[in-house]
Amino acid sequence: MWRYVIKRVLLALLILLGVSALIYLLSMLMPADYIDNQTSAALANGSMTQDDVNRLKELYGLADKSFGGIIKSYYSWLISTLSGDLGFSFLYGKPVTEVISDYVWLSFLIALISFVLQTVIAIPMGIKAAVRQYGVYDYTVSVFAMIGTALPSFFLSALLMNVLSIKLGLFPLQGLTSATIVFAKDAHLEIFLDKAWHLVLPITVLTVLGVGGTMRFTRTNMLEVLNSDYIRTARAKGLSENTVVYKHAFRNTMIPLITSLSGMLPGLFGGAMITETVFAIPGIGYMALRATQQGDIPFIMGYNMFLAILTVSGMLISDLMYMVVDPRVKLS
Amino acid sequence: MGMMKIFKRKKIQGIDDTHYLTLKEEIRISKENNKIIRQFERRKARRNVDESEYLTQMRDPSNVVEFDELHTYFYTEVGTVKAVNGVSFDIPEGKIIGVVGESGCGKSVTSLSLMQLVQAPQGQIVSGSIRYKASDGKCYDVTKMPTSEMLKIRGKDIAMIFQEPMTSLNPVFRIGEQMDEVVLLHDSSATPESARKRSIEMLNLVGIAMADKVYSSYPHELSGGMRQRVMIAMALSCDPRLIIADEPTTALDVTIQAQILDLLRSVMNRINGSIMLITHDLGVIAEMADEVVVMYAGRIIEKGSVREIFHNPRHPYTIGLMKSKPGKATQGERLYSIKGQVPNPINMPDHCYFYNRCDHRMEICSKAYPEMLQFSPTHFSSCYLYDENKVGDTKNVKESE
Ligand SMILES: Nc1ncnc2c1ncn2[C@@H]1O[C@H](COP(=O)(O)OP(=O)(O)O)[C@@H](O)[C@H]1O
Ligand SMILES: [Mg+2]
Repeated sequence: MWRYVIKRVLLALLILLGVSALIYLLSMLMPADYIDNQTSAALANGSMTQDDVNRLKELYGLADKSFGGIIKSYYSWLISTLSGDLGFSFLYGKPVTEVISDYVWLSFLIALISFVLQTVIAIPMGIKAAVRQYGVYDYTVSVFAMIGTALPSFFLSALLMNVLSIKLGLFPLQGLTSATIVFAKDAHLEIFLDKAWHLVLPITVLTVLGVGGTMRFTRTNMLEVLNSDYIRTARAKGLSENTVVYKHAFRNTMIPLITSLSGMLPGLFGGAMITETVFAIPGIGYMALRATQQGDIPFIMGYNMFLAILTVSGMLISDLMYMVVDPRVKLS
Repeated sequence: MGMMKIFKRKKIQGIDDTHYLTLKEEIRISKENNKIIRQFERRKARRNVDESEYLTQMRDPSNVVEFDELHTYFYTEVGTVKAVNGVSFDIPEGKIIGVVGESGCGKSVTSLSLMQLVQAPQGQIVSGSIRYKASDGKCYDVTKMPTSEMLKIRGKDIAMIFQEPMTSLNPVFRIGEQMDEVVLLHDSSATPESARKRSIEMLNLVGIAMADKVYSSYPHELSGGMRQRVMIAMALSCDPRLIIADEPTTALDVTIQAQILDLLRSVMNRINGSIMLITHDLGVIAEMADEVVVMYAGRIIEKGSVREIFHNPRHPYTIGLMKSKPGKATQGERLYSIKGQVPNPINMPDHCYFYNRCDHRMEICSKAYPEMLQFSPTHFSSCYLYDENKVGDTKNVKESE
């Protein structure tokens, strides 16, 4: 088993190398880089000259955009990354690692809560829909799941904001804290509740968006299992339909579910870029979007490497979980 | 018109024709199906049904099971498949009844009907009855029983062994757990320890040497033959009165096949029950069965004792089957095979289903479906060839051509 893990990790490193080169190239080829973004106003009103701008670019390592230049700067990025230094974020003026570790936890919290909610809602729904295939329940749930999956997150967010915040005033519109309330320094509970209140809508959006997929996945797997020979055997034994479904079928349905869901766990640290931005929640996704818009190459690189590592470890966890939950699988 | 091309229409393929459904037909079929299925499902789901509703009398008290004009249909999206279309035969106590017929002729569906295990909701027992005599002498009509009562019979009085030993055991539970489950379910006095003892006893009985080891194995750790032995052990664990073996050896190697058949026979002596042995292999029938039922396209076309069927087959289809038996062909000769195909199960003709493939067909054969004729107390066949009232005034179509 360890040989398998090592093999997978080595393969993962290779993938990460490729990914990093690609992203670096793409970021360097963005039409307006960080300096252009920062200086365009000053350049336009004459407070800076093109020479100043070029000097700045030299300073930031953005001057040479030829292919050879990109390779050279990629190489130096790679060397420092391998020594554990992801560099300084242009935009946030802090080490990239520090920005990530500062903002990732809020994103993780939001994602984790909606992940748990989504799983708890979707799995029983999927099972019930499969058991009553083509029944009223199945059709209803499937239609809602489809709508939830198909809605773009910004649209659903905007809809909820419009109805629940603006029209009904039930929830705060944006941000993580209420600007209009002044809390006493030691009013920890109130501050906590205020923050939690701000997170209700983003978590709802993420949950609604996720339920459909998991529900469909559960349903499909359950249907496949329910049509298998061993389920017929279980029925032929005289077991009640409940035992057949919730013992014999469920255990088999859980195999693909657990492996795919556990593979999603690392991704929870990745942040929900669009939803966080729409609700102005200062999570890692929001920070990354801003950095990308500004051409903050060290942060873009650092964040994308972080995402790539999360994805790769998700796949690895998923494979290992297979071995844990399915007695038939021996990895080699 | 363009729409018709964009959406792939469902098609029904017959022997000579392929018929595409129009959207209208499809909607009509689906509506009708839903209505019928809902009625049947509601009946099965009823609770607290009075026993008198499904109590009945055996025609012959020496039978365990009597199929009587059983009709089991599948309401599919392309139409109604009459998988079992008027099947009547008896399973006497202590006998092995062989059911033969080519694949798709309704053997499995007949046996599943007896267990009320036809794939619902599309599959439904439409009419007819299946009488089952319980050990206490009471006689039930299985087709009228609510599912909750059926659960007490399944696995206890009637047990099943399936064709695919590789997939018939649940891959995520150990053998022991799956075997104990049956014992614990049907024997209210059983404890986990006694169930374990019983399971291991059964594993020993079916000739598994390291019963303890197999008991704690997962199915994937066993070979196909071993798994089939486990299935047999599981079927035996509640001393069933009838074992349904649906092609129990089809998926196994030839050498293993013989072992499993031997095992079934010895098991049968031990439990003193009956076996309904489904197969398409006449060799298996010759070796095992006391009586034979020959099915064709959802109907029984001939039934009788093994001697009668093998030495004096009446129906042209049975005769063809006998001729196509591998043992019959001498070396170098091509194996005989009956030409043509089974008719499309959705649009069954009104006449004899074997008409298109029959070498002896006559004018009358394209008219009403032939009735069952009796040749001996046990031997029946439905074919006009032997109908003295009819055969005289018709001539063989073949000859006149
Ligand atoms: N679940 C199902 N849905 C629709 N048709 C079915 C289903 N199961 C069986 N049938 C049809 O019933 C007929 C008889 O099948 P079966 O009893 O399995 O044949 P066999 O004699 O090979 O065991 C076949 O024509 C088959 O297409
Ligand atoms: Mg079959």
